Amino acid sequence: MDDFLAARLQMAFSLGFHIVFACIGMVMPFFMTVAHFFWLRTKNVVYRDVTKAWSKGVAIFFATGAVSGTVLSFELGLLWPKFMEHAGPIFGMPFSLEGTAFFIEAIALGFYLYGWNRIHPWFHWAAGVVVGISGLLSGILVVAANAWMNSPAGFDYIDGQYLNIDPINAMFNEAWFSQSLHMCVAAFVSTGFAVAGVHALMIYRGSNVAFHSKAFKIAAIFATTAACLQPLSGDISAKDVAKRQPEKLAAMEAHFHTERFAPLIIGGIPDTSNQTVHYTIKIPGLLSFMATGDFNGEVKGLDQVPKQDQPPVAVTHYAFQIMVGLGMAMVFLALLYFIALWKKKQWLNSKWLLKLFIVATPMGFIALEAGWTVTEVGRQPWIIRGVMRTAEAVTPMPGIAYSFYLFTAVYISLSIIVSLLLYRQITMVGQLYDSSAESSKKIAS
Amino acid sequence: MIYVVIVFLWTAILLYILLGGADFGAGIIELLTSKANKSRTRKTMYNAIGPIWEANHMWLIIAVVILFVGFPKIYTTVSVYLHIPLVCMLLGIIARGTAFVFRNYDAVKDDMQKVYTPIFVYSSLITPFFLGIIAASAVSGQIDTQANDFLSAYVFSWLSWFSVAVGIFTVSICGFLATIFIIGQTHEAADQAHFIGKAKRTIFIVMFCGALVFVAAYVEHIPLVEWIFGDTPGLIAIIAASLSLVVTFYALNHDMPILLRLLAGFQVTMILFAATYTHFPDIVLLKNGANLSLLTHQGQAKTIESLGYALLIGSLFILPALVYLIYSFQKKKDVYPDH
Repeated sequence: MDDFLAARLQMAFSLGFHIVFACIGMVMPFFMTVAHFFWLRTKNVVYRDVTKAWSKGVAIFFATGAVSGTVLSFELGLLWPKFMEHAGPIFGMPFSLEGTAFFIEAIALGFYLYGWNRIHPWFHWAAGVVVGISGLLSGILVVAANAWMNSPAGFDYIDGQYLNIDPINAMFNEAWFSQSLHMCVAAFVSTGFAVAGVHALMIYRGSNVAFHSKAFKIAAIFATTAACLQPLSGDISAKDVAKRQPEKLAAMEAHFHTERFAPLIIGGIPDTSNQTVHYTIKIPGLLSFMATGDFNGEVKGLDQVPKQDQPPVAVTHYAFQIMVGLGMAMVFLALLYFIALWKKKQWLNSKWLLKLFIVATPMGFIALEAGWTVTEVGRQPWIIRGVMRTAEAVTPMPGIAYSFYLFTAVYISLSIIVSLLLYRQITMVGQLYDSSAESSKKIAS
Repeated sequence: MIYVVIVFLWTAILLYILLGGADFGAGIIELLTSKANKSRTRKTMYNAIGPIWEANHMWLIIAVVILFVGFPKIYTTVSVYLHIPLVCMLLGIIARGTAFVFRNYDAVKDDMQKVYTPIFVYSSLITPFFLGIIAASAVSGQIDTQANDFLSAYVFSWLSWFSVAVGIFTVSICGFLATIFIIGQTHEAADQAHFIGKAKRTIFIVMFCGALVFVAAYVEHIPLVEWIFGDTPGLIAIIAASLSLVVTFYALNHDMPILLRLLAGFQVTMILFAATYTHFPDIVLLKNGANLSLLTHQGQAKTIESLGYALLIGSLFILPALVYLIYSFQKKKDVYPDH
């Protein structure tokens, strides 16, 4: 395997792995503290049991996220030294702040996990809230750094020199808000549906129903609310990308020719050599409306971009279709759930609604990974858009393919072990966490 | 502001060696403890280390971020030429971090524990070993940025008797820190006697490994003696550390756990001081003599300024919280039993 491809794949795998753990690590603390709040307020032990079970999950995901994050901070230099040499001083601000946020998160998590019976109950709860907030802040800051690669700011690039560096302007680049917002909401959607789906499965199987129902409700409300907000955030992102990175939007939509009243392309197989898309559904004018707010607005196509600066169309387009498609499916499920909560209480006890949630378990995370693929592949061939090409940034060390195989093996084995651990945590709920399990077993028999 | 940043970098490295080191040491001690004492050692260790476990490893991230933001040329040179030992260290960090959590949070305590525990203890040994190798390679002028072949550029940049000796020395320091730390956590007389004996043996091992570093330096023609004993401050630091060892032996025999910890911290601080002072402001020494200095290879003024402020503000949050965390878990258990 060619070293450059190996370096890109290793980075993609590392980020793709880390992102799952980072999202769960930043969102689950919120679920956990909501359950904890109900326990402190109502003294209903089921909430305490749910809190404790979830905190174990947080510990596992946080630790895995922390080590994979540590690895990433080194991989940036190991794989992309030329990039880091110039980018480090410019986009380093969010990373230095993230260091603090992450540190606070680790300290607060120490209080939280080991604090039962040892510190004041409300201080203990507040530590959990701090875990969530600092986790969320870390996420926002790291995404702001990524946004800088899409929308470089805070320096002047003159004759190959990076002059007049301003790290604050670099951090508040044009893309930071839309990207961070979209990412944070996505974290709630994906974690929410994954957690809700798992509890839905356990309710469906009839084990520890009281326990899992409480857990399901908290996760489902977070997930469905976030799912309904996500299209709004997506709209902000689309307009922003259209303005800043027209080539990325063109690749997402496989939009080859610049035109007014541009159609939205759904599905289809892009054919780059003939500059067309086969087997697709076109909705006239909709892309213009989404990108510019006007059905007759002009949307730039790939024909405006020199061939050597065009991102790969097929991957970006498919990833975008997957993200939007799954996003829409989750919005649909969210609406059903809201109807059930407000008007059709009987749906809440129906098997079909549970089944839908079970099916939706991985949807959020698939959409999340697809979304990241759009962001990253859609930025190619640039590592810093318009300034440095990814190929120029790669390490001179040969043999990166072996490093790629090694890290891939490590990430695959870690995924297997984490899955085993979660499976055990979930199936052991009756013995470990559910203090009402004894009584419910008696009723069942 | 550059000196603020340098102080933070140095302190982050020191705290990582002290806190992270004691933590690695816990795994190393577990590896070297006889079967009969294993579970007892483990329990004592993890009751103490558990709550601050994650925080201990944050210092490494702080140090790396300071390097890549403030001193990008230094970060990237090390990343390129020490790629292989860095990857080994990272694999150690991944294995250790995850195995520790897995073995504590696996809902079923079955044969999987036999998988987690060896991974944990061996990675506790490997990670500081490669950390030592990386540090030694950076400061001993082995990195050859003009090399044309793979071996001289990417392998002999770090593979030498000196680097290996420093790696072993680092491992012994970690073991030393952990044994000193654990003495203060034991409450039964028998346990205490056991760990005090261990601490004494560890001190001799550390001294032996230290001597090994000097022998290796001599073999590799590295002027280590001149570096360490050449300047007065370095010399004073080493003498102070050696003298304080006498106090350590006294404290070991007179049940003074807090004093022991302070002394151990002092000794490691002095060793790091002596090792870094001699080259300052250079931090990475290259084979061709074009050393990388913290002063001449710093980022632009605005970068250093904002990094300095970020660190100062960050430490206002981190340090009090960390101190309170450590303090809280030294207290007796179950203050709020009905909770």
